[in-house]
Amino acid sequence: MELTRRDALAALASAGVVGGGAAAALARERREATARRPTDGESAGSPLLDALVATAEVVYPEEVSGVPAFVETYSLARFDARPDYRAGVRDAVEELDDHARAWYDEAYAALDRGTRDDLLRSMGVDAAEEDPEGTTAERVRFYAVNELLFALYTSPAGGRLVGIENPQGHPGGTESYRRGPR
Amino acid sequence: MSGRERDGGVGDGVDRTPSKRVDVCVVGAGPAGALVATDLARAGHDVVVLEAGPRFDPAERLERMERSIRPSYDRADVWGMGGDRDAFSSTGELYYPLNAARVKGVGGSTLHWQGMVMRLHESDFERRTRSGYGADWPIDYDDLRPYYARAERRLGVAGASDNPFAPPREEPHPLPAFPPSYSDSLFAPACERLGVTTHSVPNARNSEAYDGRSACVGYGTCQPVCPSGAKWSADHEIARAEEAGARVVDRAAVGRLVTGEGDDRVTGAVYATPDGAEHRQEARRFVLAAGGVETPRLLLLSRSPDHPDGLANSSGLVGRYFTEHLFAGAGGRLDEPTRQNHVGFNTTESHQFYDDPGAGTGGVPSSDADLAPIKLEFLNYAGPSPVETALSGGEWGDALLSRLREEYGTHVAMGGLVEQTPRRENRVTLDPSRTDDHGNPVPDVRWSLDARTRRTLARANELQHAILEETGVDVEWTVGPATTGPAYHHMGTTRMGTDPTASVVDARLRTHEVRNLSVASSSVFPTGGAMNPTLTIAALALKCADHVREAL
Repeated sequence: MELTRRDALAALASAGVVGGGAAAALARERREATARRPTDGESAGSPLLDALVATAEVVYPEEVSGVPAFVETYSLARFDARPDYRAGVRDAVEELDDHARAWYDEAYAALDRGTRDDLLRSMGVDAAEEDPEGTTAERVRFYAVNELLFALYTSPAGGRLVGIENPQGHPGGTESYRRGPR
Repeated sequence: MSGRERDGGVGDGVDRTPSKRVDVCVVGAGPAGALVATDLARAGHDVVVLEAGPRFDPAERLERMERSIRPSYDRADVWGMGGDRDAFSSTGELYYPLNAARVKGVGGSTLHWQGMVMRLHESDFERRTRSGYGADWPIDYDDLRPYYARAERRLGVAGASDNPFAPPREEPHPLPAFPPSYSDSLFAPACERLGVTTHSVPNARNSEAYDGRSACVGYGTCQPVCPSGAKWSADHEIARAEEAGARVVDRAAVGRLVTGEGDDRVTGAVYATPDGAEHRQEARRFVLAAGGVETPRLLLLSRSPDHPDGLANSSGLVGRYFTEHLFAGAGGRLDEPTRQNHVGFNTTESHQFYDDPGAGTGGVPSSDADLAPIKLEFLNYAGPSPVETALSGGEWGDALLSRLREEYGTHVAMGGLVEQTPRRENRVTLDPSRTDDHGNPVPDVRWSLDARTRRTLARANELQHAILEETGVDVEWTVGPATTGPAYHHMGTTRMGTDPTASVVDARLRTHEVRNLSVASSSVFPTGGAMNPTLTIAALALKCADHVREAL
């Protein structure tokens, strides 16, 4: 299934970034279509977004495609709306990079998908409960893994993978609950 | 006084000092306090509302919704409950999870409520006469009926007149009912075969735009937070009160009422702001609308030489008869899709076993046990929500998707409420060994169940199992007599009656003992029935406002 920037905007409706933030993300996308922004913040291709995309490629199911555009659109808007969240992601990514360099001599996002998966598991992220104030594994779970799973599975696109086009957290109206399976 | 002192140390520049003596001081900005304040302010009276909790920013609703889904936050975190302000004890036979059961702030517990709004039945007002249990109300259904109609308009109730078991009503609901769910349709043939009649559910949730709020957009997180504002909550009514001229002071925790001008009048409500400063709001009349726990607590905290057992407590009943509704439920799976968790509210119930809980039908055996009213619900949110499962740890990638597909999609469940028999020993008292952030003893909630309540829970399970099994469900879980929990409805602790030795407030909601003190709360319910209480709270609040207005 192909994820699109439109899917990311739908996910943002669940993430406290409807209206202004999402509009800002779209405006930014348009700007970036003609000229790369200077490095005062994140833009497609920045290390932070690359790390989130790299994480999404591990934690999203393989049948999902279009992950970079989805994650970039979603995360840029989240960064705009929630500076504290951006700081948490930055710290989590730094720790992922530290681990990656210690074990593989490369940045986390530069590892292949299977190695990233191994790294996250070796850090205990798979078994960790999310906690923004917790251990490294718990913070990576909160700021990276669960953030991305929240984006996917509160969006209609993610919901459809499971059989629910209006998942909890998405304002999908009051028609779908009445419809039978298709 | 500096700005910092005037705002109580909050730092927002909002004046939290008292108004000059007003007509009415309302304690609590939940549903009852908000409705009383609006009506009295619209009648031209000076009204001040004192609220212990904060005023929440509507712009933070989506963030609160995210907290309600993400596992690192518990339910109390969604609205900031907990800490010294909300400390409590629970020393009874059953632990009572008080801070999961309430919200402090402008809007009160309606910020996290489900939004089911049924009228009590005629029988609920005569429980003692009809069954020998509980207590009769000093008013009957006809007394409350016009107030129910007004309350339905104020809250914007979406409902239909298709419930053959409901008490008589004079006009349609203000909004059309939400149509039944696909899941409801899976139960319908079984209910028909068993002789169980189902009907729509009245919801305080906009089925179309109403009163400046949008129609429901289906976030599916009604309980504990509606990001769109389509679910009615009392913060909307507080806005109406303020438009009418009422002054609402948040973060103003009332610690005691003081009497003067003789011992039968309250002259002031003493409240503390976060900086610890004490203030006194004076008024001609006072209305307590702080819910079924804080209302009796405040009366007990207001003891004085003239009122050594607490204010308005010559009966000794302030805090006694703490009553809840009990949850009964069962669920399992079908071997077909059930389309759950699209919305966070229900669309079908059966009140067939409310007035006659032992009645048999063609397919359900009768019971001659002594039973309390039962309300049956067909849930639209059975089984796990995929996103909550996804965030709970363990797998990711393809393994997670396989797990989500395995766990979501075929669940169904029934819920229900059962009346609790009021018990004198169930009570809210003060715990002298613990104090809150302002040094006041915390409430101690002592709670237990009697045999009739447990028997009724078993009967509710019997009905639920019969319906589920006829539907073809493999029942996997049951919540019944041994595992039940409270529905977070706090009732009975300042019960209403005609006899001053057997009740705290009279039929006009005024305390027997204190001439200018009224109570608008589920704390006045002598018997709680098995219907969700908020519509009755709202109706009583409107009645209370009428009586206070007449007395001013």
